[in-house]
Amino acid sequence: MLLSISTTHRPATDLGFLLHKHPDRVQEFRLPFGVAHVLYPEATEERCTAALVLEIDPVGLTRRGKSAFALAEYVNDRPYVASSLLSVALVTVFKTALEGQKPELAATPIPLVAELPAVPARGGEELVRRLFEPLGYAVEVREIGSARHVGLTLKATTRLSALLTHLYVLLPVLDDEKHYWVDEAEIEKLLRRGEGWLPQHPERALITRRYLKHEKRLVFGALQALDEAQPVEADGEQEEALERPVSLRDQRLGTVQAVLKTAGARSVLDLGCGAGALLERLAKDGYERLTGADVSARALEIAERRLRDARNVTLLHSPLTYRDKRFRGHDAAALVEVIEHLDPPRLRALEQNVFGSAQPATVVVTTPNREYNRLWETLPAGEFRHGDHRFEWTRAEFAAWAGHVTESYGYGVRFLPVGPEDPEAGPPTQMAVFER
Amino acid sequence: MKIELGDPCLVVLMGASGSGKSTFAAEHFLPTETVSSDFCRALVADDANDQSASQDAFAVLHEIVGRRLKRGRLTVIDATNVQKEARAPLVRIAREHDLFATSIVLDVPESVCQARNATRPDRDFGEHVIRRQSRELRRSLRFLQREGFRHVHVVKDGEAVEIVRAPLWTNRSVEQGPFDIVGDVHGCREELDALLSQLGYGEDGHPDGRRLVFVGDYVDRGPDTPGVLRTVMRLTERGHAICMPGNHDFKLARKLGGRDVRITHGLAESLEQLEADPVEGVLDFLKGMTSHAVLDGGRLVVAHAGMPEHYQGRSSRRVREFALYGDTTGETDEFGLPVRLDWAADYRGHATVVYGHTPVASPEWHNNTINIDTGCVFGGALTALRWPEKELVSVPAAREYYAPAKPLIPLEERPDQLLDLDDIAGKRIVQTRLARTVTIREESAAGAMEVMSRFATDPRWLVYLPPTMAPTATSQRPDALEYPTEAFAEYRAEGLTSVICEEKHMGSRAIAVVCRDESVAKARFGGEGTGALYTRTGRPFLDDAEPALARIREAATRAGLWEKLESDWFVLDCELLPWSAKAQELIERQYASVGAAGTAALGATTNVLETALARGLDVGALLERTQGRAARVSGYVDAYRRYNWPVAGLEDLRLAPFHVLAAESGAFAERDHSWHLELCDALVDADPDWIRRTERRVVDLTSPESEAEATAWWEALTAAGGEGMVVKPFAFTTRGRRGLAQPGIKCRGREYLRIIYGPEYDAPDQISRLRSRGLARKRSMAGREFALGIEALERFVRGEPLYRVHECVFAVLALESEPVDPRL
Repeated sequence: MLLSISTTHRPATDLGFLLHKHPDRVQEFRLPFGVAHVLYPEATEERCTAALVLEIDPVGLTRRGKSAFALAEYVNDRPYVASSLLSVALVTVFKTALEGQKPELAATPIPLVAELPAVPARGGEELVRRLFEPLGYAVEVREIGSARHVGLTLKATTRLSALLTHLYVLLPVLDDEKHYWVDEAEIEKLLRRGEGWLPQHPERALITRRYLKHEKRLVFGALQALDEAQPVEADGEQEEALERPVSLRDQRLGTVQAVLKTAGARSVLDLGCGAGALLERLAKDGYERLTGADVSARALEIAERRLRDARNVTLLHSPLTYRDKRFRGHDAAALVEVIEHLDPPRLRALEQNVFGSAQPATVVVTTPNREYNRLWETLPAGEFRHGDHRFEWTRAEFAAWAGHVTESYGYGVRFLPVGPEDPEAGPPTQMAVFER
Repeated sequence: MKIELGDPCLVVLMGASGSGKSTFAAEHFLPTETVSSDFCRALVADDANDQSASQDAFAVLHEIVGRRLKRGRLTVIDATNVQKEARAPLVRIAREHDLFATSIVLDVPESVCQARNATRPDRDFGEHVIRRQSRELRRSLRFLQREGFRHVHVVKDGEAVEIVRAPLWTNRSVEQGPFDIVGDVHGCREELDALLSQLGYGEDGHPDGRRLVFVGDYVDRGPDTPGVLRTVMRLTERGHAICMPGNHDFKLARKLGGRDVRITHGLAESLEQLEADPVEGVLDFLKGMTSHAVLDGGRLVVAHAGMPEHYQGRSSRRVREFALYGDTTGETDEFGLPVRLDWAADYRGHATVVYGHTPVASPEWHNNTINIDTGCVFGGALTALRWPEKELVSVPAAREYYAPAKPLIPLEERPDQLLDLDDIAGKRIVQTRLARTVTIREESAAGAMEVMSRFATDPRWLVYLPPTMAPTATSQRPDALEYPTEAFAEYRAEGLTSVICEEKHMGSRAIAVVCRDESVAKARFGGEGTGALYTRTGRPFLDDAEPALARIREAATRAGLWEKLESDWFVLDCELLPWSAKAQELIERQYASVGAAGTAALGATTNVLETALARGLDVGALLERTQGRAARVSGYVDAYRRYNWPVAGLEDLRLAPFHVLAAESGAFAERDHSWHLELCDALVDADPDWIRRTERRVVDLTSPESEAEATAWWEALTAAGGEGMVVKPFAFTTRGRRGLAQPGIKCRGREYLRIIYGPEYDAPDQISRLRSRGLARKRSMAGREFALGIEALERFVRGEPLYRVHECVFAVLALESEPVDPRL
């Protein structure tokens, strides 16, 4: 990891005073995660460059957080890139300069260039510019052969302490990761380091979110302090974001709720209940018994918290493709946006489990209507609404499947539209109500 | 007197206090068979005579009785049982478990009881109690059978008693076979004669001592009910046949016995024929059959309409009704026929159940059950199942004798085998041939559930998942983590003399299930398409595997694999290359970005330090370290790039098979590796452009030269960029001194390990800290997963039900969800 800071201020060697490090000496600082070296590859009247070299110990370094990549702890970029480790090094090694002590010189803007050979930038060049340009930097971004990293040069005539502060705050923001746990103290740090520039920064919401590792509670507090008490958008699912303009999800759940109510069911099975959104609604409808089932243990945990106060709700950890005898004895079942998450050859098992074994009198099934997809402006043609969808059906395909179910299991079926109906493409969501 | 007891049953001893029940029980039954109320009182109250504890004591007693009867153990109740209220729950429990309750009454004069109790200081409850008990008992006697006791035996005081135990009528497990089990005959005498002669039966039975078992329904609908009855009765009389009753036979018996029954479903034909051609003794024959039979040491159950596990070998009204009519909902379908529940779909029993009753177009195995009623009378065929060979023998019907109410159920319309949550969830103990039992923790099973149900391929294709593989013990050499020496030493220590070193291809593990055509796939696996190609966690490899399967199939045909394996399908264990085919995103996101960042950062740092050095600053050591790191990062970039090449289509992939896991002729974990590689080489020769050879060296562990040669080979292989090698016992499955030897030990190359342990792992200050690595867990997992995988294949080859195969495969995935150092 390397950070070089150069100046052409006269005399350039004043940089040594500002940094509180003598240009002709090589200094070493022990840090919890390695060793920092400060040295000056050039130090003349005209031009002076200070280099901060971090030798990070990869074996001693373990990363928190979950990653789909099991070896992320060992094969990672941390020893080489400008991350929150650099921020820690900056406050340790350049504390005096960062705080802007050394009054006259430190208060003077001087021409400065910061060079970072490898910066992890989630959001790419565009975000780099959105973060640094409003602060008056001329930004130079270089490709280095990685989709996740850029080489970065920042130029400005500014106070050295301002440059160091901006790097301190914004490098972890660009990285969207921190190697340490954040708590309330982190808000205070952000507000202090952000004094004089963050409240005016157009990206203050994003900076705050990422700086506080998306901890909603902390982010809200910090934004309030920044007089930005607007609600924070969660990093929602792709599908939800897409469908939000019509709040299709609400319409869908509402329609299912209504159909179940008219079916006269006293017990309802929510298959693929996820985090319990439908169950939460149904809990208010006075059913004798509600059962939610999902294969994701994590989703069930959330559902359990959400339904803490609801009585008569049972949650089951169950993959819908294995017959579950606990599903028997319910009047109605709902499969809301579930079937499209199964590989088509596995649908048969679900049918046998639900229609063949559980046999509720009413079964409500919703699934996306593929014909409607072309009306989503943000959805590229031919793509599904969600990365995990194994298929999306046209109305005819859905009807064919429903026909097979009615024939095989002795149910009748009717179809209902959900969401605004397009004269040609139909509704965004299609619903089938099976009854026996 | 002699008392005969059907074993198992519930024996309820009855008698007043002091009548000698405990003495009687001790004399005739095992202590563990006897459950006494006094004992249960003591259990809950520390006092066998504490009458206030009776309620709790009897709750415990009933619980014990229920558990024992569930397990089919004869159980004796030692309690006074003089009151109807005390007996009723016992009769109910026996009935719940479909077993008979028998009462043995100890009829002892009251005076004797009084005298005995007087000598026992712990029984000071007074004479009136015994007087009352004796009175109640006497009053009860004549109602006992009405209360539900199958047999009532009254034993006089001092009378000598001999207890004789006999298995229940349905339990004929001493009959060993071999058998030929015949489906519904329905008066088709011609076809029956033809089938019997085809099976080799003559007037004197079968020359090899085989015997016939009939699933029943001899009568009705067909042309010659009397003829069939005569044949069957004669065979039975002479000991050549065992007969089950069918619902038609039962109804005919009722009619002949003078009961009023509706003359439908072909009964009229039987009555007419029997009137014209009477058969002597037919009513006795029909009434003499028991509901079903458990045969061949409990391995085989024959019943007319099927038999779930909890009814097998038991007797009750509902067992009999199930045997006759099957599992019905009581509703009828659009053809007016009863709606049948699919008991076979739920069946998880160990015994094979052979049955008939519902005509099917062709017999099909379903969870260890098979329906062999192929509708002879409806113009189908008369079918027999040879046992234990499990071969089907059929004679087509001469014509349609009776029009079916609805068409015979064809194969493709019968339900798929649906797996049950109970087959995978919860704590599981899986029996394997190789490792005895493997225990799966409940959390592990829950963890695997999501992966299996959301991402894995259709379970019908999933007949195997490969085990994880442990690396060799950490090398003693200062510059290496892994080196062949330790792998050889370990196997030598296990007592092995010969191992094989196989080149480890750096791709992704792939299991290829290949069928000759779609019909083989359908018949043997029940899945769509002609096979499957999936990863080590069961995920499908390609969106459409068919072109790849076709290519393997063509190679197999050219290589003569079908003939060599005597099979229309086989399962290959392979590596699919390149690594980037499956891991492209991972490589770009993780590996390439780390490489690029490292190269950029260390390059820039080197420049800065060189400039500083030129200025005379003391950065020599730091520069040297930085240059060393840059070199390691560059080695790392080379390492991961080696396993990448662009893949546009099938042509760009390479398949490297190394095991032929299974085919119809067997699971091949006992064949040595030269056998496996020879077949793989034949595939390579058949399609050398696409199928890649696995290089290998056989090592004699007692020869240092042989070991040195293999080590040099490994050095060359890894220096040229190879991932490394796997050392395996030459004989494949091998038992060492401490049980099953590891099926393979991997020994990875120095450069390759950069992409596992990090780009700079071999820097002196790092490698020393990486040396201590705990291999025990990984090795234990590898052993258990290997046993499970082979078990899955063997079960599949034996034709066991899907749930039995899936149990093992699922267990592999569950074990894989347990945490282990991912670098191993």
